[in-house]
Amino acid sequence: MKHTGTVIAALLLGLILAAAAFPGLLTGGDPTATDPLATLLPPDAAHFFGTDQLGRDVFTRVVYGARHSLAIGAAATVGGLLIAVVWGLLAALSGRFGDAVLMRVADALLALPGLLLALLVVLITGKGVIGATLAVAVGIAPGFARVVRAQALVVRRSGYVEAAIGLGVPRPLVTLRHVLPNTFGPLLVLASVTLGISISTGAALSYLGLGAQPPTPEWGAMLTESQGFLHLAWWAALFPGLMLVLTVIAVTVVGRHAQNRSEGRYAS
Amino acid sequence: MSLVEAVDLNVWFAGGRVHAVRDASLRLEPGRCLALVGESGSGKSALARSLLGLAGPTATVTAGELRIAGQDTRGFGPRDWRKVRGRHVGLVSQDALVALDPLRPIGAEITESLLAHRTVPRNKVGERVVDLLTRVGVPEPEERARQYVHQLSGGLRQRALIASAIAAEPGILIADEPTTALDAAVQARVLALLDELKEQGTGLLLISHDLAVVEALADEVAVMRHGVIVETGPTDRVLDDPRHEYTRELLAAVPGTRPRPPRGPLAKGDPLLTVTGVVKRFGARTAVAGADFTLRPGETLGLVGESGSGKTTLARVVLGMAAPDEGTVLLDGAPWSGVPERARRSRRRTIQLIPQDPLSAVDPRWPVSRVVGEALAATGVPRAERTARTVLLLERVGLTPDLLDRRPAALSGGQRQRVAIARALAPQPKLLVCDEPVSALDVSVQAQVLDLLRRLQEELGLATLFISHDLAVVREVCDRVMVMKDGVVVESGPVEDVFAGPAHPYTKALLDAVPRRARTAHEPAQERL
Amino acid sequence: MRGVLARLVSAALVVWAAATCAFLVLQLIPGDPVYAIVGSDALVSEEQHERIREEYGLDQPLVAQYLNYVVRLATFRFGESYQLQQPVSTVLADQLWPTVQLALAATVLAPLLAVLVAVATSGRAAWPRRVAAAVELVVVSTPSFWLGIMLLTIFSFRLGWLPVAETGGVASLVLPTITLALPIAAVLTQVMREGLLSALDQPFAVTARARGVPETAVRYRHALRHSAIPALTMAGWFTGTLLGGAVIVENVFARPGIGRITLQAVGDRDLPVVQGVVALSAVVFVAVAALIDVLYAVVDPRLRRRTGVQAI
Repeated sequence: MKHTGTVIAALLLGLILAAAAFPGLLTGGDPTATDPLATLLPPDAAHFFGTDQLGRDVFTRVVYGARHSLAIGAAATVGGLLIAVVWGLLAALSGRFGDAVLMRVADALLALPGLLLALLVVLITGKGVIGATLAVAVGIAPGFARVVRAQALVVRRSGYVEAAIGLGVPRPLVTLRHVLPNTFGPLLVLASVTLGISISTGAALSYLGLGAQPPTPEWGAMLTESQGFLHLAWWAALFPGLMLVLTVIAVTVVGRHAQNRSEGRYAS
Repeated sequence: MSLVEAVDLNVWFAGGRVHAVRDASLRLEPGRCLALVGESGSGKSALARSLLGLAGPTATVTAGELRIAGQDTRGFGPRDWRKVRGRHVGLVSQDALVALDPLRPIGAEITESLLAHRTVPRNKVGERVVDLLTRVGVPEPEERARQYVHQLSGGLRQRALIASAIAAEPGILIADEPTTALDAAVQARVLALLDELKEQGTGLLLISHDLAVVEALADEVAVMRHGVIVETGPTDRVLDDPRHEYTRELLAAVPGTRPRPPRGPLAKGDPLLTVTGVVKRFGARTAVAGADFTLRPGETLGLVGESGSGKTTLARVVLGMAAPDEGTVLLDGAPWSGVPERARRSRRRTIQLIPQDPLSAVDPRWPVSRVVGEALAATGVPRAERTARTVLLLERVGLTPDLLDRRPAALSGGQRQRVAIARALAPQPKLLVCDEPVSALDVSVQAQVLDLLRRLQEELGLATLFISHDLAVVREVCDRVMVMKDGVVVESGPVEDVFAGPAHPYTKALLDAVPRRARTAHEPAQERL
Repeated sequence: MRGVLARLVSAALVVWAAATCAFLVLQLIPGDPVYAIVGSDALVSEEQHERIREEYGLDQPLVAQYLNYVVRLATFRFGESYQLQQPVSTVLADQLWPTVQLALAATVLAPLLAVLVAVATSGRAAWPRRVAAAVELVVVSTPSFWLGIMLLTIFSFRLGWLPVAETGGVASLVLPTITLALPIAAVLTQVMREGLLSALDQPFAVTARARGVPETAVRYRHALRHSAIPALTMAGWFTGTLLGGAVIVENVFARPGIGRITLQAVGDRDLPVVQGVVALSAVVFVAVAALIDVLYAVVDPRLRRRTGVQAI
């Protein structure tokens, strides 16, 4: 019974993934269909989560929103990770000068708040889903790059890498065989924990009007739209946000479980 | 009246699933020292901690009788125990660097003991701290009291820890491996202090895996194994005439107490390794300040020194893992230092390392078969033959083929070290560099691994550079010895000569710290000369 | 003295590097900055276009623009805002105080909450820790913009206890502060409790117990200070979250401040203001880093010699 929480989180995550992949299975409605006669209706049997100011069904929009919010978060995490692996490995494996330059750049970027860095990227790419995704990726990359470098350096100084060199194994082969895989393992786990943060940051950019644009049913963008009607319709703000929180919790719990398991595997 | 009287004491952990101490009975008198001896996991620490009511939050302790300083402690609550701790029973544990709060001055730590039991009025506390530090032999006590643990030397730290343990004048002192973290020379002085406390009437419960320490301090010994006290008796009787089989095993395993195997004449022929004037610096620090030596096939050279003496750096230069700033290394007559890695690569198989910590020396993701297989592949053994060769190598180091698919984390410390040895043997080297190869292992495992190394040397005619801080081990396995201090080789020569008549005062100090029993066991070997 | 000098140099380097990154990033922005200056839909004659380019120095080569930029930064002149028709330094100075108020309030609240909760839940009993861990997970997973919206809905619109918008009074600072501080407090609590529990497992804690010191004293006198060390390593993250959080919180609660200005400048492509904000936050980061180094030395005597701070 120790893993009840993880099981619930995994089931929830499965449901959210299903909503993202096949929203039509969970709701028959159209997320952008407006109904001028049914605006700002509170939740009832016909509209589980009520309707918004244009009469759109909030439940349908929340279900369809899973796709956009998850996609931004996942793509940004993968993108950030790729940038970081190249960056960190280059720093760890190039000489003292290259390492210093690459890490000082990371330091400089880390001196800026992640959100500000993301805003700078949006300036270049312009508003929109792709811009927001890139922005989140660049926002997490410098921190990740440091982790990659530190881990690669630990592995490079480890006894087994020295043993391989002591056997006369050529350096590129040692990097491929030992350094890369042993650097990557812990990183994947870190990524699974970071995914939740990326989803949340992506939604924040959309909320600020820089990511997904209305009428796209993205959770952050829906919250922006709902904010003008808070005094009339709390439901239009409650449910998209609630789904966002549940998604982040589910992803974090599952990610932590993976982390604990992988750490347990290395313990003697 | 006995200070401690325990009858049928039991300690369980994890809700009764682990039975750490079984029906242990012991008695401690004032001015006497009882030593609990056993390997790690034998339950000796759990037994000692239960006398403080500190066996741990998950522990259950039961006893037929448990009297401490005359009080029946069965049914004691947290508040009752608190009055016993520090006031009646003091604790000195292994390493003062972590056993004293590193964020507080040592004076504050001693003050805490004084105030916990209000044995001294508040305005006299400062004076008392200085008294205590003086009593345990800390010079300039006023100044030291304001210093932090990291600012003190190993010996002073341990004295400060003892001062904090005896501050509220407990009649009983539990010393849990009190000298394990100390260098040999300092160890002797801290033991003398503990002996002095004993003479003044403190009852000492000593926990140690080190029989030399036990011999120096204890009046009585209790040998523990798997939570059971298997033998008790006066120290001399137990050490000279052990009755239980496990005690005999434990005594036989102590390095240096075993007779030194006969050695052939010193090796002749062309040197395999020639080190000339090697200097290695790290920034302003000189780690190795000029080392010269040669090593011939079949010869074992011991490299002795305390931590930080530069012996590991010298080993890395010999291995071709670090470039010397000055001097040269010749391997098999050809230059080994100062050549590009490309030129070294094909010759690397000649010289292999057996590391101190085998866990970090093998890729955690790889099973044993792949670890050894990589070494075989690197020296050109075709894929088809690798498994068979791996099995042969495992047998050679005393492992069974069913371990082939195990990952390092699923092996014991001794097994891991054997895997590391098998990997080192795979490329058929001529020279082994052993860097403290047994210091991370339990005593009985140490003996087995040392036996294995010695056997391999004989069978394969390997030259060995054997690095250790433990003179007893070096005496047992080496032909010649080299003593290093602060990067300088201060003395070298045949083991017998150096041990019989050390020329350098540092070597003398090291030898004085070797237990008496180990030194007397050395005599017959000298007669053989 | 030399330590202080080295610190100043490295601080200046970080600020310079961050500003250079910002400069380079802004060069990558597609489109003619002139349109950002006059508003993208405005029709500009050829002549006006040239005049504006000259006025803002956009006609000079890139290297000259960069040197000019560095010199202006070094003398705290960030130029004119494209949109607001006033110097960037004036814009920032006007907006600084509300943000500082908010950040300071959160800086007091978050560690306070973290210490209280961490100490209260690091005891022998497991259940308070489990409850706290669940609450922390929820809080950490809650995006601050939604937290702010929900707090507004409940306490301002439903219950009417607190004002909906900025009034200048203390009451209008309550919800923004909570929104900004709660997620930070949750992370800090996790870190501090972890630190407390691991410190309580250390040999020195056993030694202290063996002296007969009560458990609560072991916790306050020994462990709490140790748990501050991992918490201090979070300071960089803390600063970043505070500044980034300000953008969101000021937006949710329609408060004036640097965050609002930043978002507006990004939307309007008001590059001088963006550059000014980047420089400002790099300076704040460096200042916080220096402060943290001092705090490290106060907490941990082992670090004192290196930073040159005297033992206290």
